[in-house]
Amino acid sequence: MIKVNNEDMDFTDGMTIEDVLRIKRYSHPMITVIVNGKVIPVDSYSTHKIKDGDVINVIHMMSGGC
Amino acid sequence: MAGKILATYEYTPAKVEKGYAGKTLYINLSDMTIKEKPVTEKMKELFVGGRGFGLWYLWNAVSSDTKWNDPENEIIIAGGPICGITQYPGSGKAAVVTLSPLTGCPMDNNVGGYFAPLLKFSGWDALEIQGKSDRDVIVFIDGNRGKVVIEDASDEPADTHLLAEKLTERYADSEEDKRNISVVSSGKGAENTLIGMLNVSFYDVKRKAVRVKQAGRGGSGTVFRDKKIKAIVVKYKGVTGDSNNPADKEKIINAALRLHKEIFELDKLQNRMREVGTANLVEVMNDYDLLPVMNFQYGSHPDANRITSKVFREKYFTQNVPDNCWYGCSLSCAKAVDNYEVKTGPYKGQKVCVDAAEYETIAAVAANCGIFDPEYVIEANFYCDTYGLDTISFGNIVGFAMECYERGIINKEITGGLELKFGNADAALELLHQMAKGEGFGKIAGQGVKRLREYILEKTGADAKLLRDISMEIKGLEVSMYVSKESLAQQGGYAFANKGPQHDEAWLIFMDMVNKQIPTFEDKAEALHYFPIFRTWFSLQGLCKLPWNDIVPADNAMTDEPHKIPAHVQNYVDLFNGVTGKNITKEELLLQSERVFNFQRIFNLKMGKGTREYDMPPFRLLGPATKEEYESRAERYDKQLKELGYDIEGKTTEEKMAMLRQYRESQFEKLTDAVYKRRGWNKNGVPTLETVKKLGIDFPDVVELIAKYQE
Ligand code: SF4
Repeated sequence: MIKVNNEDMDFTDGMTIEDVLRIKRYSHPMITVIVNGKVIPVDSYSTHKIKDGDVINVIHMMSGGC
Repeated sequence: MAGKILATYEYTPAKVEKGYAGKTLYINLSDMTIKEKPVTEKMKELFVGGRGFGLWYLWNAVSSDTKWNDPENEIIIAGGPICGITQYPGSGKAAVVTLSPLTGCPMDNNVGGYFAPLLKFSGWDALEIQGKSDRDVIVFIDGNRGKVVIEDASDEPADTHLLAEKLTERYADSEEDKRNISVVSSGKGAENTLIGMLNVSFYDVKRKAVRVKQAGRGGSGTVFRDKKIKAIVVKYKGVTGDSNNPADKEKIINAALRLHKEIFELDKLQNRMREVGTANLVEVMNDYDLLPVMNFQYGSHPDANRITSKVFREKYFTQNVPDNCWYGCSLSCAKAVDNYEVKTGPYKGQKVCVDAAEYETIAAVAANCGIFDPEYVIEANFYCDTYGLDTISFGNIVGFAMECYERGIINKEITGGLELKFGNADAALELLHQMAKGEGFGKIAGQGVKRLREYILEKTGADAKLLRDISMEIKGLEVSMYVSKESLAQQGGYAFANKGPQHDEAWLIFMDMVNKQIPTFEDKAEALHYFPIFRTWFSLQGLCKLPWNDIVPADNAMTDEPHKIPAHVQNYVDLFNGVTGKNITKEELLLQSERVFNFQRIFNLKMGKGTREYDMPPFRLLGPATKEEYESRAERYDKQLKELGYDIEGKTTEEKMAMLRQYRESQFEKLTDAVYKRRGWNKNGVPTLETVKKLGIDFPDVVELIAKYQE
């Protein structure tokens, strides 16, 4: 089990940040991903492997007409 | 040919010093008075400019009995001290303030186009129009010659795409000169509805076309046409980077360089505003279940992929042209569709340039009506603009009427034969044309959702509670385009907003619902204190909000408070100080706003509203109002109820809806208490004496007014 924005999410072996974003449907372009307190660079979302128990925060910025 | 001259006024244009011309142009259309009024140091100190000036003039012009269509009501258009600089993106906005026909309270809009900067460089910080003319008029301000003329406009067309072009041609000396002209106009729709808006033009040199931006919300266009103004035209030649005579240009340029660099490097990775404008939000909101679908029943739809920014970019938006609505805005989000051939109505067959389409318009006229057709979006956008109708209110009205029709609450007898089923684009367009003409069902629908609900109740005896639950308006103004059901903070953002439920005060859905950064009532109240106040500041200055948070520095996420975008707040402090020569801090920046924000709240009170009961939203803003909505997200709601400790075993949908409703309404009440407390208001939502004293707005009439509401 991992935590994503304070909610439990099933962990699967080999899961990357890209997978987490896809499963959660986090498609907003203005996000910052923080894994266990560390900001992950955008270009490693597809390679950064998640570990069981990781705490992930996907911070969405406000934007657009809003 | 210009019409007969009804009044003339000659003046020596004031030189703008440190962002202010120091004068306001006052016009009374009842007796054709034209005169100047000084902008005092006290006004600058307390109300700064823009919306602040507008509210102050309006406060002094109207009494608590004044109605929107009384001659005492005013329309004030003002930029602000920063307005008109050409270095920093988003610096050409006008605030428009008037008493709204929809809410009966002050309405403010922040609109692009060249009007406010050209007005200021013509020698006027604000334009204050009062009275009512007995015939259609055009007000023409020539800022180089120092002349204001009121002309008979009985023979001019009302609709914007004809009028703005005609007047730009008429008043420009040459093709080159057209960029020195800005026209404020509305249209036939504004004459025949309460949802009229104002268009503010600028001349697009590359396209050789007149473009328009909208002061959309709350019926400003309706007031404009009620005063019989067809257009206000300003002409000023000679804009330079120094036209504001700023105190410290270096400060402005340094801030501007930082932002331009961010935009060029990062916009393509962030919101792609330069490519698609705010349309990028269609797909984002659909993915997060936040896109209003079918009168806010749902938050997404499989067919939404037919109206995303991808579709508009590939097939409709002209690319690689600088789409900025004032000089220097490299964010350039003002997209347009060129050579669009109109398919319906009086202008069928004409080829036009449509300022289409922003997110709010796509969501309102299309998704909220269950229509997923991009060409319908462009058609409806064109007609709303030229008729002078607010797309957000229009989309809400049609969505509400369609839901009533589908639920069998209204039928063809009421709609005059229109088959108002979700998805029926032809019927929506027919209704739009009827609204503009003031005919048939359009005449009733054009009064807005609140009055339409009252009409339906009277005619059909339908369930009043259900109708209130599903009519998306607060204070009489239709809700803008975000589903707030799963974000308590945004429910407050909409419900407490001074002018009514527009997202420009607060947009907290991601912070609250997705990021879970403001979990407690106190956290939410803090956000609902800070953001509305901060965001008010743009409209005091003549600034656009978008360059604040639609582009962020690469290292923004590493800052202490990323949602405030601290680097950009510093830019704004630098801009204000750079232009005015003052030396404010970011705390003082907030104080400027907090003062005007509270003054506007008190203004609502003066108009007999502004208390807690007027901050109550329809239930659909808080949660599922119908069985269909609950069942469409049953898993989500069942889970929430279980987590809250409700026993839902064997319960019917209706029983579960009742539980959820009771819970959510109680949460909303608690939020209301927390927000009022944080804002320094009492439990009835009225600023306390201590608050108005702290803010320096404890004028005798303010104190007397709020004293009646102190506990
Ligand atoms: S960001 Fe868009 S709306 Fe704002 S000033 Fe620039 S072009 Fe105009």
